[in-house]
Amino acid sequence: MVDTTANGGIEPERQDKQAGRAPIWLLVLRKAWQLRMGVFGFLLLAILVAMALFSPLIATHDPYAQDILARLELPGFLGGTSDHWLGTDQLGRDLYSRIVYGARVSLMIGVSAVVVSAVIGIVLGLLAGYFGGWIDSLVDFSVNAMLAFPFILLAMTLVIILGASAENVILALGISNWPIFARVTRIETRKLREQEYVLAALAQGLGHLRVIFKHIFANLAAPLLVIATVEIARSIIRETFLSFLGLGIQPPTPSWGVMLAEGRAYVLTVWWLSTLPGAAIFLAALGINLVGDALRDLLDPRLRKG
Amino acid sequence: MRTYIITKLLHAVGVALVISFVSFFLLFYTADPASTLLPENADDADIAEFEKQFGLDRPMLVQYGDFLAKVVFQGDFGSSWVAKVLVGDLIGVALWPTLKLAIAAQIIAAVLAIPLGIIAAIRRYSLVDNVTTFLVLVGQAMPLFWLGIVLIIIFGVWLKWLPVSGSDTFAHLILPAITLGSFILPLNMRLVRSGMLEVLSQDYIRTARAKGVEEGRVLMKHAFRNAAIPLVTVTGVQFGALLGGAVVTETVFSWPGLGRLAIESIQVGDFPVVQAIVLIFGAFTILANLAADIGSAWIDPRIRFD
Repeated sequence: MVDTTANGGIEPERQDKQAGRAPIWLLVLRKAWQLRMGVFGFLLLAILVAMALFSPLIATHDPYAQDILARLELPGFLGGTSDHWLGTDQLGRDLYSRIVYGARVSLMIGVSAVVVSAVIGIVLGLLAGYFGGWIDSLVDFSVNAMLAFPFILLAMTLVIILGASAENVILALGISNWPIFARVTRIETRKLREQEYVLAALAQGLGHLRVIFKHIFANLAAPLLVIATVEIARSIIRETFLSFLGLGIQPPTPSWGVMLAEGRAYVLTVWWLSTLPGAAIFLAALGINLVGDALRDLLDPRLRKG
Repeated sequence: MRTYIITKLLHAVGVALVISFVSFFLLFYTADPASTLLPENADDADIAEFEKQFGLDRPMLVQYGDFLAKVVFQGDFGSSWVAKVLVGDLIGVALWPTLKLAIAAQIIAAVLAIPLGIIAAIRRYSLVDNVTTFLVLVGQAMPLFWLGIVLIIIFGVWLKWLPVSGSDTFAHLILPAITLGSFILPLNMRLVRSGMLEVLSQDYIRTARAKGVEEGRVLMKHAFRNAAIPLVTVTGVQFGALLGGAVVTETVFSWPGLGRLAIESIQVGDFPVVQAIVLIFGAFTILANLAADIGSAWIDPRIRFD
């Protein structure tokens, strides 16, 4: 999320009585807590990436293997005794293994969708902010028009037009989400364009492309990386929702959204069937967001949020 | 101020036209109502007859012009292909539940976000501040539809306190409103907190305190009023997101609003209804943005001369 406060969310240093009220041990504790949250985030992300990269090693069963005789078995923590330690789903497939493989689908789609929207948005934003004039007006207008579309309806319509598949979900999410990147890139580029070192570079006779990439984009990379991180988490949630509605990844592929949708029919009795894949989505998004916060602190202390 | 409003108004009309054209264009090239809606054994004559009946045999621009004229001058969105009734009637029935849900969610978010954000800002690093930070973190990673399902399981299935679907009574509104409210709560809370922090360090606050103005009055009258500007702007900007969240929430709780109508219509290919809902959502978003622009220009005269 972009800070919308006037000064980009920078908190004024307040050493007066307000801050002085907090005892020093609480401040130390808070710093440690912030650090720990970052570490926790990296840990969650590491687990997510490991699950995605090494799914066959981490999973205990084949995520597609059905066993009709072992349907809806209890997970171990509720007293189940089978070797399926998170139990089985309505077709007797191992829930744990499906969640592990689901990480692969979610991460792949989340990252790819953000790459698509980042490329479109950054290129348009750079052009608009750098050259100004009619390109700027056009990009600004398109961004506003896109933002007035209800995101989820736009993505759904695109998926229906393109057909429900992993590639098309990536395209739909990517196309619907580029304005976020365009808006930030455009505004920041406009500011940087007036900086003296950029004018100096131009005066030295450097070409526009070189100035844009070496002097402007290079200075935007850090904030854009932070935004991209947060957008990956949002894309993952959006993918699971499209899949939940049957407009994304199609069964039997183990996608967290598909699993949630299938488990929803059993909320009255087998509640863990829908809540566990949902918890996976939540933890994945939480981990990525925490890493985003930590990156923000590391890369740009001025953007640090309170 | 008048020039400012007129510029914004023209811009809004432009965006609305673009949205109507793009969505019409997209659906025009995707929709194949004859094959979706006619029986499988329909021959070419049947299809021609059907297309003639709905005016689908005319060139696209003519259809668009006709559509636009009817919408603008008669408020007529055409007929649903599936339900065979006026789109306007379907929407008339679904509009109020969605508005009710959106308003309730907005109230819940405001009632929690404003006091929590203010307390977090004046008692930095206190328990309330830490809880607020934690809620923001969790809220941003929580998939709405999962939260909805978890609430259904806890309050509907286990505790049996609240109904889990439908919209007949006030009790039906509680869970969906909490779900949707939690969607906008984190951002609001963060905005109030960072806005208050920024404003509280200003000289005029110190002046007010030095004059002996009562602390409650300083906080509400001098500080919060100024801190509220980003909140007003963002409430407008996030209205589109709120409607998107309503789509998700309505699906999970079988809430008979526009969001559920949109999803059902997309799934059966009833494009006149989809088209109308996209337009209505777009119009609401544009109006909310416009109101926010004018509202913040009214609160803060500096914006008008930007």
